[in-house]
Amino acid sequence: MKEWGYSILKGRQIDFENNDFSISRFVELHEPSFSWCIGCGSCTATCSAAKFTDFNPRKVNLLIQRGEIKGIEDEIAKCMLCGKCQLVCPRGINTRNVVQNIKRAISKSYAL
Amino acid sequence: MSENKQHIIIIGGGPAGLEAASKLGSAGYRVTLFEKEEQTGGKLRTWYKLYPGFRLAEEVQDFLANEIKINVPEIFSNAEVVNIIPDNKYHTVVLADGRSFIADAVLIATGFELFKGEKKEEYGYRIYDNVITSADLEKKLRLGQPLTTANGQTPARIGLIHCVGSRDKKVGNVYCSRLCCITGVKQAIEIKHHLPKAEVFNFYMDMRMFGQNFEELYIEAQQKWGITFIRGRVSEVAENIDGSLQLKAEDTLSGRPIKMNFDLVVLLVGMVPADRTEAIGKSANLGFTSGSFLASADAQIKPNETNTPGIFVTGTCKEPLSVGETLSDARSAAVRIISWLREKREIN
Amino acid sequence: MVLEGKKRVWEDYQKEIANDHYFYVRSCIRQTFFPGSETTFLRIMKNDLGKDVFEDARHTTCTGIGYHTDIVPLETTMTVIARHFALMTEAGYVNIIPSCVTSFGLYTEVLETWKHFPEIEEKIREYLWKATKREFKIPENLVHTSDIIYKFRSQIKEKSKVSLINKRTGEPLKVVEHIGCHYSKMFPTSGVGGAEFPSVLTGMIESWGGSVIDYPERRHCCGFGFRQYLVMANRGYSVSNSKKKFESMRPFQPDFIVANCPGCSMFLDRWQYTIAELEGVTYDNRGMGIPVLTYEEMAGLVMGYSPWELGLQMHQVSVEQLLDKLGIKYDKEQKYRGAKGQKIGEPQKPQFLIV
Repeated sequence: MKEWGYSILKGRQIDFENNDFSISRFVELHEPSFSWCIGCGSCTATCSAAKFTDFNPRKVNLLIQRGEIKGIEDEIAKCMLCGKCQLVCPRGINTRNVVQNIKRAISKSYAL
Repeated sequence: MSENKQHIIIIGGGPAGLEAASKLGSAGYRVTLFEKEEQTGGKLRTWYKLYPGFRLAEEVQDFLANEIKINVPEIFSNAEVVNIIPDNKYHTVVLADGRSFIADAVLIATGFELFKGEKKEEYGYRIYDNVITSADLEKKLRLGQPLTTANGQTPARIGLIHCVGSRDKKVGNVYCSRLCCITGVKQAIEIKHHLPKAEVFNFYMDMRMFGQNFEELYIEAQQKWGITFIRGRVSEVAENIDGSLQLKAEDTLSGRPIKMNFDLVVLLVGMVPADRTEAIGKSANLGFTSGSFLASADAQIKPNETNTPGIFVTGTCKEPLSVGETLSDARSAAVRIISWLREKREIN
Repeated sequence: MVLEGKKRVWEDYQKEIANDHYFYVRSCIRQTFFPGSETTFLRIMKNDLGKDVFEDARHTTCTGIGYHTDIVPLETTMTVIARHFALMTEAGYVNIIPSCVTSFGLYTEVLETWKHFPEIEEKIREYLWKATKREFKIPENLVHTSDIIYKFRSQIKEKSKVSLINKRTGEPLKVVEHIGCHYSKMFPTSGVGGAEFPSVLTGMIESWGGSVIDYPERRHCCGFGFRQYLVMANRGYSVSNSKKKFESMRPFQPDFIVANCPGCSMFLDRWQYTIAELEGVTYDNRGMGIPVLTYEEMAGLVMGYSPWELGLQMHQVSVEQLLDKLGIKYDKEQKYRGAKGQKIGEPQKPQFLIV
């Protein structure tokens, strides 16, 4: 193979048709409030972990719903389960249960 | 005037014009209404159900028709007004056929047209078979036609695009059409009523849920009907080989471009002033908003007055309004016309 | 797809295209990328259509590449373009026709700038005078050379020897048309048919018997860029954009691609080789790639010109598969022979792409 000095890039467009919705479906089934988010960001604003890491609970929630789950295990591990996000969520999302179910879905996919 | 009664001319027989005619008629004034179409009722006749409670548009039509039966104005249909000649004492209203009428006060209620979807070329309306507008969807629902793709298939995924022709300098409309957001929520739910298995996605810039029970309906759309709302304006629609549509937007909350396929796409077209409004407004020396709607003399305290005394405005010729808001505005206009005519009579 | 809907859009974007007496300005890169294209344009215009086309050897680059890579300042670009207007004026012409889409876009942008900021035009006139003692008139008609071929598509049809029809099946060839971004995305009203549904190439293809494929990524940039391909490390962006288009057009199985921009024609052709070498993928069913033509080459084939006189041997993706479909006879022996019959050398064979 020749040395090209560049390579073909994998796009960063969310390719909805080819994404993985297994975690999203699992979480929605066990905690329907998962999909009630309106993206206000108050969870991230108050998040203990977000103050010191690049953890963003709003974005994690959204990316799972878009089927973008690459690296999700490391992301969700940053959550300290303090529950502050649940106190502030204006839509009443059971955020702790969402996190727990994301973890369940991940371990389930590993079990398979 | 030959009669002692003061005479009011209303231009436009949609909900605003009819409601004002009925209220002014019941107050004992002589009212003449000009409607450019064969029938009165305006755009309400083309709509199926109204948000937020899904009541039939027909019921409001019936309400207006019954009111008019009691307080009968003189209605001219197929009567297109071309201009108004304002004067200190009486205003003259001129029709396309050359006839003219004089009145103590004129109420303009010429209403709106829907933004022409094909002006947003990148969405391919009237080019791609499976791109329709919110008005096309209402028509299907009203006529009881099945919600299918152009080739008769049941759509599995349907997308609704908000702000088509609104908040868009490129098409010359910087204003918000206000009602497309709630229409999008209402229609998304109606789609689920008919096609419970369909996936429904709304692409929005902001969800402007300002009315009574609007936010509640938005929550219902998410929680009860599983409708997904993606924040991002659709940049282009293209057709796949099977006639389905590829949409591109930015999922702005994740900061990533997104590409999705849809079987059917609904453009939530905004309101623009009716064609003749500009000519009529200019003839009467009225002011205009940035979107060429007729400007009120004062947003807070003179919503139905204009800068020409004796010429009033109501309904969607001055701004995008819901049916309920339109009727309220028409009543407000009627009350102001009554008080203004009394002042006029006392002066004379 | 409702063609009537597209025609309605096209009606909104019709522009004035002069009928004769053109001052022709060449592209910097096309003579090496597609060496027969500009010659073919002149041949059709002068020999077949009897038009007056004038060239001045003192014409230079418009600086488009330098301008788009932030190397040449805008004032310099404007002064160079003003000099071209001066050459046109001195030659007694008023209609200027650039061969390059980026030049066309840049000329349009400069004229538009001067319209809104006359003081800039005055400044540039002064710069040009100081540098060269030249003066110029604003062109009366500025169009791209693809607009000219579009305008005369029916006359070309009348004189044509070949139709864009598959000889074996009798079906119209399926053609991907690709418009350079600088043709109409900056100024939609400057392009025939506008920016979303441009009809400049569609008009030619349909007049000459072919059918146009409207695939989902039709409006996407070819990825050429300027900074993107000039810097080796950035070329991944460029090739990835082309790949996006190829993947999107693949289900439609196009017979060929035609473009009106130097960079698009170049990269849609050459990147197919690169992608094949890097990933072992081609976007046709036979591993040969999708042939890419410039609109002059397409017009030349329709006029019955020899493919080797058109310079088609310089393409990366072999055009023989297309010539066979069109029923055009060609001499394999002549492919790598020069104008005097001398051998011009043969390129190495790629590893994956079948040539």
